[in-house]
Amino acid sequence: MTDLPAEIDVVIVGAGPAGLAAATVIAQGGGCRVVVLDREGQAGGVPRHCSHSPYGLREFRRLMTGPSYAKTLVEKAKSAGVVIHTGVNVTRLLPGPTIEVTSDAGPATIRARAVLLATGARETTRAERLIGGTKPQGVLSTGALQLLLETGQKPFHRPVILGTELVAFSALLSCRLAGIKPVAMIEPSDTVTARWPTGLFPRLQGTPLLKNTQISQIDGQAHVTGVQLSTGRTLQTDGLIVSGRFQPDAPLLARSPIRADPDTGGPEIDQFGRCSEAGYFAAGNLLRAVETAGWSWSEGRAIGAAIHAYLNDGLPADPGQRIRRSGPISALVPQRIAPGPALGLSSLQLRVGTALTGRLSLLSDGSVIAGKTLRSRPERRILLPLPQAGTGPEVRLEPRGSR
Amino acid sequence: MPHSAPSPDRYDIAIIGAGVVGCALARSFAMAGARVVVLEKAHDILDGASKGNSAILHTGFDAPTGSLEAACVAAGHAEYLEIRERLGLPLLTSGALVIAWSDEEEAALPGLMEQARSNGVTDIEYLDGPALREAEPGLGAEARAAFRVPREYLIDPWSAPLAYLTQAIAHGADVRRRCEVTGGAFNGTDWTLKTSQGPVRTSSVINAAGLYGDRIDDLLLGRTDFTIKPRKGQFIVYDKPAFDLARHILLPVPTKVTKGIVVCRTIWGNLLVGPTAEEQNSRTDAGLHQPTLEALKARGQEILPALAHHKVTALYAGLRPATEEKHYRISKHPENMITVGGIRSTGLSAALGIAQHVRKLWEDERAPDWIAPEPVWPSVPNIAETAPRDWQSPGHGGVLCHCEMVTEREIRAALNGPLPAQSLAGLKRRTRVTMGRCQGYYCAGALARLTKGKLSQPMTADD
Ligand SMILES: Cc1cc2nc3c(=O)[nH]c(=O)nc-3n(C[C@H](O)[C@H](O)[C@H](O)COP(=O)(O)OP(=O)(O)OC[C@H]3O[C@@H](n4cnc5c(N)ncnc54)[C@H](O)[C@@H]3O)c2cc1C
Ligand SMILES: Cc1cc2nc3c(=O)[nH]c(=O)nc-3n(C[C@H](O)[C@H](O)[C@H](O)COP(=O)(O)OP(=O)(O)OC[C@H]3O[C@@H](n4cnc5c(N)ncnc54)[C@H](O)[C@@H]3O)c2cc1C
Repeated sequence: MTDLPAEIDVVIVGAGPAGLAAATVIAQGGGCRVVVLDREGQAGGVPRHCSHSPYGLREFRRLMTGPSYAKTLVEKAKSAGVVIHTGVNVTRLLPGPTIEVTSDAGPATIRARAVLLATGARETTRAERLIGGTKPQGVLSTGALQLLLETGQKPFHRPVILGTELVAFSALLSCRLAGIKPVAMIEPSDTVTARWPTGLFPRLQGTPLLKNTQISQIDGQAHVTGVQLSTGRTLQTDGLIVSGRFQPDAPLLARSPIRADPDTGGPEIDQFGRCSEAGYFAAGNLLRAVETAGWSWSEGRAIGAAIHAYLNDGLPADPGQRIRRSGPISALVPQRIAPGPALGLSSLQLRVGTALTGRLSLLSDGSVIAGKTLRSRPERRILLPLPQAGTGPEVRLEPRGSR
Repeated sequence: MPHSAPSPDRYDIAIIGAGVVGCALARSFAMAGARVVVLEKAHDILDGASKGNSAILHTGFDAPTGSLEAACVAAGHAEYLEIRERLGLPLLTSGALVIAWSDEEEAALPGLMEQARSNGVTDIEYLDGPALREAEPGLGAEARAAFRVPREYLIDPWSAPLAYLTQAIAHGADVRRRCEVTGGAFNGTDWTLKTSQGPVRTSSVINAAGLYGDRIDDLLLGRTDFTIKPRKGQFIVYDKPAFDLARHILLPVPTKVTKGIVVCRTIWGNLLVGPTAEEQNSRTDAGLHQPTLEALKARGQEILPALAHHKVTALYAGLRPATEEKHYRISKHPENMITVGGIRSTGLSAALGIAQHVRKLWEDERAPDWIAPEPVWPSVPNIAETAPRDWQSPGHGGVLCHCEMVTEREIRAALNGPLPAQSLAGLKRRTRVTMGRCQGYYCAGALARLTKGKLSQPMTADD
């Protein structure tokens, strides 16, 4: 490993699609030195472990598996002049911006002109969901499952999958590729969350889908032996994949000067990706939890361009206005609109917490400037045009009864 | 090295059970010069009652006055403070507040303070409403008044017994894991214990089998004077940012049955809410119950309203080896055997004191001819947030568990040494690996790679 710099123009925290895309854009823009730090032994972020497709369509117009996609991103960044350090944990964010890190070489401090946080998201655990029962081995998130499979080890042979977000289908595909046969897929609500594949998909693959079902208890001492369902049924199984309900992996914010958005759990940003503390930016799944790699990548590029402008021409210091919101909106990104050049994110991203239909409107100075009828489910992307700075922007969602 | 010496064909003392009590007993007898063997049926130590507790080092302020428990807790507390630095053991000097939440509870405070004083805990202090709020600004509005017990502390419930046993090993003790005692015979001078690893000959036996204490008495003596009635306690652990919400250990006014729902920090930088007190028949089922957990969460938020904005990191439950009576069941039998049973809810605090008491019991009978070796003080690795961690020094090989900041060097150390981890659970207790907010989302793969072939109870289905 080459030595870490004590001072640098740009530090990117996280070598996933968002961080690598931003690093590449900034380095290509010229005039500044960019390092990417990642705590894992290899750069590439989550796609590194997703042995399946689809990756790369948006970025490279090619259908790729996760690992080859990750490799391509890393190569592009390196050929743009980006230096990547792996095995480096960022442990603290201080004003400056200054960051504290640790690696095998011990703790160190790096002072930068700009820091981009792109630390991604993780799934919500069994503990956070307060699922009852014993604590045997074999209860895993999809992320942990893929990491284990990568080592050539199988944590179980016929698990149950909880959840029907896209990542649950990723779990299903990873299981199949490894010769593991899930015995059921369980969805607490009455609809499959993922837009694609359809609810038929698991059945087509021989895995029944049980809707309107919760897991009330996990059984087993050393290893999982079964799960009890809210329907009274018990499934014989040797594992449980607790999938989805992603949340930003943002523990670094807790003791930092950076303000977190209570709804997303990630940092509060403006359309340039700027955080509440000068010099800090954020992009990717850290902002709102899970999106596709392609989406995180284009977000990284857009915010990378804003960082390049910040370093070279400067951005107006005016933090702008918070976007007001009303109705059952569970997340809104960016949270602020600041005056400045047409750079950074080009749309507003919203999420709802429950499946609902309703009228979604964007208001500017009190009048509606955009709107649409909404029919959405949790974890789905909802977009609105980006409002102008200084116009008292507001997003309003009037539900027409939840489904 | 004493611990690499061949096993003697006859031990002085065989201790059944490597819970915190067995570990402290082994330390005490081995340091006195006895040839000690510890027989534990699980893959690793601390797999029974000692695997899940609140980690409070009690003063004994609320123990029955004049009881053996009160004496052992006080002696255990004192000895822990005396030896902890030499063993590398942490201490969080939080102090406790016994808080009244109703008129009735407020009326009970003076009596409890009187009891504390009679138990020798005289450094207590009454806090009226405003003083209480100043001491603990985050408390819910219903909190009326309290008294402070300054020497109620928080410790590491797993490193402490690990250190006791490591010190025992350094004084020549043998530890056999996956070694279940299934019977035994006493021939008037010696015992031959039947175990899953073959016979073990010993002069004396100490039953420290926790949740199986009555069974072991029955098995070896054909009689028992108590019955274990397991009492489950469920807990919720909150993520590190919640650590700042409470400075003291927040205790309720205890009832006759239980110390009640506590909110306190952990030595690893989390905040804990629990335990419940649920009587049950099973000695193994530490199952979690969702409605109970919801209720715990709600109670936690009444005590500290800001908890509503904090995330849950982990859930666990422990089983107290309670009996039909409240007091400790420590007794000496004519068959060269001592039973240390019913160490229900203060064993972590009392263990070192219990060991002193049992040593005295044993020596009252006959003056031992052991020669105490020069004491050695092996120190256990620090995994608490009260002192610098391994990731803060070079050469750690990289951080493997990012939530708990566990390094590769720490994992390797725990898989080696005089008492290597033998199960994932044992490895977690020694290092905290996978015990943080992501519960293995990031480190499961690296951990599987590092432990492959090293654990007698492997991580994966096809090891
Ligand atoms: C199981 C699974 C399957 C998926 N399947 C698909 C798919 O088929 N197609 C698709 O398009 N998308 C898929 N996705 C989504 C896609 O992988 C993510 O959207 C994308 O990886 C997000 O990129 P990111 O850069 O924001 O974060 P990540 O890829 O999560 O990268 C974050 C990086 O930050 C590092 N990091 C975090 N904290 C620190 C720190 N303190 N110090 C140093 N480094 C740190 C991490 O090690 C990590 O490498 C899947 C996701 C999962 C979990
Ligand atoms: C919810 C809860 C909260 C608590 N909070 C606190 C606290 O804050 N402070 C405090 O001081 N105390 C606390 N305690 C109490 C403390 O945890 C117990 O008193 C203590 O762990 C009892 O230890 P032990 O060694 O007697 O039993 P155990 O830990 O059960 O040890 C007995 C061992 O014997 C082994 N064994 C059994 N049968 C056999 C056999 N046939 N052959 C070989 N081995 C065998 C078992 O596997 C086990 O490892 C709490 C307890 C609980 C459950």
